[in-house]
Amino acid sequence: MTRLTPDARRALASAGFTRRAFLKGSGALIVTFTSAAVADRFSGVLAQGFNGSGSTQLDSWIAIGQDGIVTAYTGKCDFGQGLYTAQMQLIAEELSVPFSRVRLIQCDTSMTPDQGTTSGQQSHPTNFNKTNLALAAATARETLVRLAATRFGGSASGLVAKDGVITASDGPQSRRVTYAELIGGKKFEVQLDPKAARKHPREWTVLGTAVPRVDMRDMVTGRFEFVHNVRVPGMLHGAVVRPPTVGATVAGVDESSVRGLAGLVKVVLKQNFVGVVAEKPWQAMQAASTLKVNWTAASNALAPQQGIYQQIRMEPSTDTLLVDSGDVDATLKASATVLRATYQHPYQMHGSIGSSCAVADVQGDKATVWSATQSAYPTRNTTAMLLGLKQENVRVIYTRGAGCYGINGADTVSYDAALLSQAVGKPVRVQLSRKDEMAWENYGNLFVIDQRVGLDGSGNIAVWDYEAWSAARGGRPGYNTPGNVVTGSLVGLNPAPFNPRTPAPAPTNPLNNGSNTAPSYITGRVRDSQNGAGTVRSERVLSHRVRSPFFTGPLRAPERLQNTFAHESFMDEIAAHVKADPVAYRLKHLNHPRLSGAIRAAAKAANWQTRPSPRPGLRQTGVASGRGIACVCYEGDNGYVGMVAEVDVDQDTGQVRVTRLVVGQDCGPISNPDGMRNQVEGGALQGISRALGEEVTWDNEKITSVDWRTYHVLPVGFAIPKIEAVLINQPDEEACGTGETSITVVAAAIGNAIFDATGARIRTVPFTPERVKAALAARRSTA
Amino acid sequence: MKYTLKVNGRPNDVDVDPATPLLFVLSDDLALRGPKFGCGLGQCGACTVISNGQAIRSCITPVSTVATADITTLEGLGTPEKPHPLQQAFIDEQAAQCGFCLSGVILTAKAFLDKNPRATEPQLQQALSGVLCRCYVNARMLKALNRYAKEVSR
Repeated sequence: MTRLTPDARRALASAGFTRRAFLKGSGALIVTFTSAAVADRFSGVLAQGFNGSGSTQLDSWIAIGQDGIVTAYTGKCDFGQGLYTAQMQLIAEELSVPFSRVRLIQCDTSMTPDQGTTSGQQSHPTNFNKTNLALAAATARETLVRLAATRFGGSASGLVAKDGVITASDGPQSRRVTYAELIGGKKFEVQLDPKAARKHPREWTVLGTAVPRVDMRDMVTGRFEFVHNVRVPGMLHGAVVRPPTVGATVAGVDESSVRGLAGLVKVVLKQNFVGVVAEKPWQAMQAASTLKVNWTAASNALAPQQGIYQQIRMEPSTDTLLVDSGDVDATLKASATVLRATYQHPYQMHGSIGSSCAVADVQGDKATVWSATQSAYPTRNTTAMLLGLKQENVRVIYTRGAGCYGINGADTVSYDAALLSQAVGKPVRVQLSRKDEMAWENYGNLFVIDQRVGLDGSGNIAVWDYEAWSAARGGRPGYNTPGNVVTGSLVGLNPAPFNPRTPAPAPTNPLNNGSNTAPSYITGRVRDSQNGAGTVRSERVLSHRVRSPFFTGPLRAPERLQNTFAHESFMDEIAAHVKADPVAYRLKHLNHPRLSGAIRAAAKAANWQTRPSPRPGLRQTGVASGRGIACVCYEGDNGYVGMVAEVDVDQDTGQVRVTRLVVGQDCGPISNPDGMRNQVEGGALQGISRALGEEVTWDNEKITSVDWRTYHVLPVGFAIPKIEAVLINQPDEEACGTGETSITVVAAAIGNAIFDATGARIRTVPFTPERVKAALAARRSTA
Repeated sequence: MKYTLKVNGRPNDVDVDPATPLLFVLSDDLALRGPKFGCGLGQCGACTVISNGQAIRSCITPVSTVATADITTLEGLGTPEKPHPLQQAFIDEQAAQCGFCLSGVILTAKAFLDKNPRATEPQLQQALSGVLCRCYVNARMLKALNRYAKEVSR
């Protein structure tokens, strides 16, 4: 049995129909409408079997009710980035219906197409170009126009669709028909038409405008339903007991330690997974902290955090060569000058403000999970694996949690809730404690990166050599690896296997710079392809992946941020060495108009003064000011940014204050300028927090950054810089992403500004006052 | 233990363990959505409510200590149809992303501005130095607060 929350009922009711029956057809989702009351149970949830790109059937994406309400179904979800509103704009625009008539249902495995995971700022390119949701809307409009032509008995060419009405422009007034009259309550029964014409961005009236977020009023008045607010009848509350140290296993659980506690329903043990279920949330938390569990510590101590950047160079690794022109060593030997530097980036955490939460209702062989996962269908499959149920009997309903910025605890807590619900046969809500969230989430990877370039006699870069080591374990569970997050691993499922491979095979595939492993300044030549953004022809990009003791996974701008910090800091060091202006020196080594355009836009808006860094007339004490630039082609081809940072460095305390950030950003045609601006600003400020303070810490057996006192983030009340975002609209280009672009360059832009201000170079994130002071002292000792 | 809590101007009868943090009573027993469990440690502000004019962290406040207090949650300020002017300022500035932190930001600022209507921007920042927004909508939030502060001091 599957229950609907009151909000879900309202959403269905307001969507213009009251019951959707899901019938098994020819492997496709078939939607029917009746006037019967809302069904409390969905019989036969269908496995769609579509790949991550969704469905080829129009009826899987769009339905038009008898009242003219358009309901769209998307597999890309909104976790606070504004995608929900932007997708409604897309439907309104492409289907030529008023925005107010559009409803959207997102990421529910019983209703929406399987679009895999919402991540990597892929939703804009995936759903706003010429496939998937955009194509569905365009196909629907063209289908409606054809239906109208048939009804009018003429050709489709003279017909105009506007505001949900099709009129014949050349005929009498009576030749008009509404969408509802044409198809209301019925299926389209057509396939998505790859030739369906999308409107050109220059014709947009809804897309491209700053439509306010449809969820804003409910959020600011405390009405919005987060997954934390989901309540289903008979719901109990669970809490988990995680191991006290990394790798500890359960030797025994003393249930008598909690006997008689108020509200306690059950203690649940499954291999190393321990949890409790109680009637109320506070009772569950009390029981979890009271329960005595005997743990056997892991036999090996953790590698000390001090020295970790040296340690990971020694570990067995999986090696990958992305680019290798074969002449790097020879070119370095022949270069007039060789420069080298090493950059270090710590593990950082998503650190969602809300501890992750989920509600699961497992009844016999069926389950429903309300989850804030970014991966509704994959989570359905992996939850089914954990519970021993059939995939088609598990329904995952995406319900928003606190901003996640990647894989936070949302997936693992969904498993927690499902396991506990199965153990008691009743719906169970689980909310993690702050410590359980922070000690066990999938951190952003730790990186150490060696950079080397050779310069020719004119000071131009002749050869670029990149070699990096990063530590990883687990990741997104995908469709079949629940052991990639802590709960799956505790019940005995392994993370994705680690297979060391040295040396790396020669590159054969065209460069895919999805993790920004390659700097923007190389040609990226592999065989006949050339996917780089730059001019440097002698090039090598070699990565070593080693095993991490902690779970890792995508964190906003995953690996792209760590790599870009190293590339853009190093580029700045090179420019300083040859006494070139950092903007001009970058442009000189780029062969990419859109990236160069973003750099120029930022530099112009910042009133960039052309000169080398550091600034003339450096002083050794007091507050020093400087500016720095950084840029990236996000994921190689998914958004372009240039950022100028201005900083004040207190040379006595080591405190860095960012006073101004100017961003030039290009994501193709802009779907919602205010939404884009919100993402650019939020990413830039989050980037400051990550650059200046955030670092996961551990001792010899456990994570020690487990709350907001021990994991250092900037609060709402920090002295925020002036932020100016120049949004570069590109109506003739394809849509690309925007949510992760600005954050990618922040650490490098700040580090470069610190160098400009002081002449001190900081090559390790975060730039804590201690590190800044050490870099300033090193500058003095070599001066 | 039975209590009659005054929340958003209305009495509510509850029967709970006196040690239960107020947050759990509000969000579970009273099914309110405004105050959120962020950390349970009083460190982030997501659980903030106003109690007798003071912004307090409901996740570390035993219900027994506020049994007679006048408590306001985010939903007590205004409704979606008729938001409080401070909430309206957040709507006007589109000052949220995920929205999970808003009880902390709006109610902390509300309690502070009620007492300090002519607060300077640094004072306002100081008042929000213990409140987190992990989406970092800080710039818009400060704009919204300044907009509201200007209105009330007018």
